[in-house]
Amino acid sequence: MEKHTLSVLVEDKPGVLARVSGLFSRRGFNIESLAVGPTEHPDVSRMTIVVAVDEFPLEQVTKQLNKLVNVIKIVELEPTASVQRELLLVKVRADAGVRSSVLETVQLFRAKVVDVAPEALTIEATGTADKLGALLRMLEPYGIREMVQSGMVAVGRGPRSITAAAVR
Amino acid sequence: MTTATPRSGPVPAPPGPKPAPPPGRPGSPTASGTPAGPRIDQEPMTGAQSLVRSLEEIGCEVVFGIPGGTILPAYDPLLDSTKVRHVLVRHEQGGGHAATGYAQATGKVGVCMATSGPGATNLVTPLADAHMDSIPVVAITGQQTRPLIGTDAFQEADITGITMPITKHNMLVTDATEIPRAIAEAFHLASTGRPGPVLVDIPKDVLQEQTTFSWPPELKLPGYRPTTRPHGKQIREAAKLINSAKRPVLYVGGGVLKASASAELLELAELTGIPVVTTLMARGAFPDSHTQHVGMPGMHGTVAAVAAMQKADLLVALGSRFDDRVTGQLSSFAPHAAVVHADIDPAEISKNRRADVPIVGDCKEVITELIDAVKADRADSAPADLTAWWAQLDELRTTFPLGYTWPDDGSLSPQYVIERIGKIAGPDAVYAAGVGQHQMWAAQFISYEKPRSWLNSGGLGTMGFAVPAAMGAKMARPDAVVWAIDGDGCFQMTNQELATCAIEGIPIKVAVINNGNLGMVRQWQNLFYSERYSNTDLGTHKHRIPDFKLLAEAMGCAGLRAESKDEVDRVIQQAMEINDRPVVIDFVVGADAQVWPMVAAGTGNDEVMAARNIRPLFDGDELAADVDEIAAVTEKALGSQEEA
Repeated sequence: MEKHTLSVLVEDKPGVLARVSGLFSRRGFNIESLAVGPTEHPDVSRMTIVVAVDEFPLEQVTKQLNKLVNVIKIVELEPTASVQRELLLVKVRADAGVRSSVLETVQLFRAKVVDVAPEALTIEATGTADKLGALLRMLEPYGIREMVQSGMVAVGRGPRSITAAAVR
Repeated sequence: MTTATPRSGPVPAPPGPKPAPPPGRPGSPTASGTPAGPRIDQEPMTGAQSLVRSLEEIGCEVVFGIPGGTILPAYDPLLDSTKVRHVLVRHEQGGGHAATGYAQATGKVGVCMATSGPGATNLVTPLADAHMDSIPVVAITGQQTRPLIGTDAFQEADITGITMPITKHNMLVTDATEIPRAIAEAFHLASTGRPGPVLVDIPKDVLQEQTTFSWPPELKLPGYRPTTRPHGKQIREAAKLINSAKRPVLYVGGGVLKASASAELLELAELTGIPVVTTLMARGAFPDSHTQHVGMPGMHGTVAAVAAMQKADLLVALGSRFDDRVTGQLSSFAPHAAVVHADIDPAEISKNRRADVPIVGDCKEVITELIDAVKADRADSAPADLTAWWAQLDELRTTFPLGYTWPDDGSLSPQYVIERIGKIAGPDAVYAAGVGQHQMWAAQFISYEKPRSWLNSGGLGTMGFAVPAAMGAKMARPDAVVWAIDGDGCFQMTNQELATCAIEGIPIKVAVINNGNLGMVRQWQNLFYSERYSNTDLGTHKHRIPDFKLLAEAMGCAGLRAESKDEVDRVIQQAMEINDRPVVIDFVVGADAQVWPMVAAGTGNDEVMAARNIRPLFDGDELAADVDEIAAVTEKALGSQEEA
């Protein structure tokens, strides 16, 4: 099954997240990741949903999503034609003995240290799932105490806007 | 995938007397959502009054409901309304199905009302039912006051959360000024596009709040734009296939009734000469008496209708959704057929069966355009000759007609009872059925000639649908004879609404096809569970509990009973003559009658059995060689109606 990234413009109304997530579960589709946030239009939110389905069920997913009254527009974002990012916060054991080599890894991945304690560092990184996976593999030997990751957000490359035509 | 274009599609016109709107101004919210300006501007009133005024303005004539704590404020102004009649039902489920029956019988939006908590949760089944069968219903529920929401307060239930998957849309109104818009949007959503139920949940303090009322409100539905107009290229493509197919079938579903497209369908059918099958949801969309009608397809469809689809080289699906009860095992369904699939809901197209020509649009517009396109295409090339196809189907029709045997034990045949009701009440009557054997027999043995004369719960299969749906239909069409064809199991689920009918003056007629059992379940136990009848005997025969005749009388209805063939016509006639109160007839029928033909669940349509162990075996292009042999056995097994 292939992963597909859907950008879904929805009305910013109570329950809209439940409507969308409920639709996926009751129709038997799995959400790999979901991120919601505001857009440049105050009444409109944007969801980025990563779903693992074949092409044909994907057509069903989008058609069913489109039936939700609060869903305004759905666009599939191709990985090559869009910028896709996830955010990672990871707390790594880093006592004096290994600290410098941890920092070296951080620099290599253009990540940042956002919190420092004597035995640990908290690192913030953004990137594609692949890049964040590689970073985690590098940090794992030092000992990961805690980590949290966001869903993917994505935007199409080029000057066009998916909201411009949909929201007036 | 979408763009923000103005919505199109009809908005229910408000009937009934009311002040005429000023010239040039809309009498109801306009389709564009931008009315010229409010006709009623900021009239001060309470939220409850605003709700009742909104219902009046939108043209709601009847509300089926029960008051309770949180909806109480709405019931006060309802008492004074001269335009909206409230029917006090005995159970909210009855109110919900009544709204459905009202909507099915007319095409108008049916409205039900309930209080919060248990009142609202009792609407869950009728809402799920209306959702599956695409019936325009608006449910209005009270809700706990805003400060108490989320605190597990008395009679609090998250009904918008609960009904999310079983409504077309729902909303919680948190501001009294939003009430007119919420009601207008609910009616618009329920009745346009693919119709369906919409629930509006209103907290008690919102109903009590002082507010202002303006009408018509502006609809704010940026994400709702049903496509009604079909794509011309697809129509031409479909027309080409229709004209060139050698074994085409018009596979007609409930969407044709919803679109009020029966006249157009008849024209298309007669223009092309193509055989027509009508699904359970579409009975009456095309006249049964028409020679091109080959029956109902599906699990209990006619052999000819099932075979027609299996052998077809083209299925023209009009407002039908390739439901599992029609297709049987999907992989072996209509294996040679190309598919033209027209539906107003794009998500239905290619959901179960991949369409070769998908057409999104309202069936009325689709069929109208198909007629023109077929004519145009015929001007260029002659259509395929259907003589051989019809010869095949005619042979199947005559070899495997619908029929039934009389029970060996001398008891009354349920099919005969239903057939006689259909004959005596005729094609102008409205028939509502419950779910089970009696429903299938009512679909098979009553001849439907007109749209909106057959009401049933097709998708959800809701036992107990008949009595309340008949009540709603009779409210909607008081001049029509309305029969509920019910089973003894179904009847015991919702017969409390007979009290409503008796008191509110809704004289429906109920035929309880009393076989003493949960008949369809018993049939499956007979066929698939080694005749081990676990928990299907209701005791309505053995103990006569309840005594349906006495029960009817206790509810203020006339109670009749028939137990033998010679009594059947007499009691039906008697029932036809009683119009001052509801009538219930207890037809005590044999327990062993079965519904045939049958495609067993999970098997393919090629496995259809005309009767027990009798398979037409229509593989390949011709009937199996031993057709005469099969016919002889069939005849013997089925008996003929004349003999009986």
